[in-house]
Amino acid sequence: MPSPRDIQERIEAAIPGARAEVTDLTGGGDHFRATVVASEFADLSRIEQHRRVYAVFGADIGGPIHALSLQTRPE
Amino acid sequence: MSENPVREAIQEAVAEHPVILFMKGTPEQPKCGFSARTAAALDALGADYAAVDVLPDPRIRQELSAISNWPTIPQLFVKGELVGGCDIVSEMYESGELAEVLEVKPPAGAPDEAPAAAEPGAPPLQIQTDLVDRP
Repeated sequence: MPSPRDIQERIEAAIPGARAEVTDLTGGGDHFRATVVASEFADLSRIEQHRRVYAVFGADIGGPIHALSLQTRPE
Repeated sequence: MSENPVREAIQEAVAEHPVILFMKGTPEQPKCGFSARTAAALDALGADYAAVDVLPDPRIRQELSAISNWPTIPQLFVKGELVGGCDIVSEMYESGELAEVLEVKPPAGAPDEAPAAAEPGAPPLQIQTDLVDRP
């Protein structure tokens, strides 16, 4: 079961220069909320920014990570 | 018989309905808080939309995500394009962009913040039976 820290580290490792704040919405280790700030988002639409973060987790979204609520913005 | 009837039915539904929400459950009886919140945002704007419950057949969700390159449910499409899931729709509701995209004028009583839950309103679109039984 991933922790908010695990989620944060995966995002920050996969997206160069990204900063993520992650909370566990339910305490159950499967519903998370992440706020992600990254300079590369400046060139992406909001939907592409979210896709970029979802892509970090691949099939884990909908698997061990039941929900990942996102708020993204450029640096 | 087509190669992938479920995918084709989804594509047809998206092409046919200018505003279509794929969700868990129905606007009247949502089965997930994220779906409930998204449907409620549309209802609060008085938008006309078609709704598809993805739960009756796991292939709907699988094919939908393959088409849209979006891993989660709900998914809102406007004029054939994916607008987003619950987070983006809620943000767009609050910024006024959602009303613009939907080409509706928010009703006088519409709350500034995205609503927390669904209110009864839009009728669900019963395409799941087609999806399963289409010859």
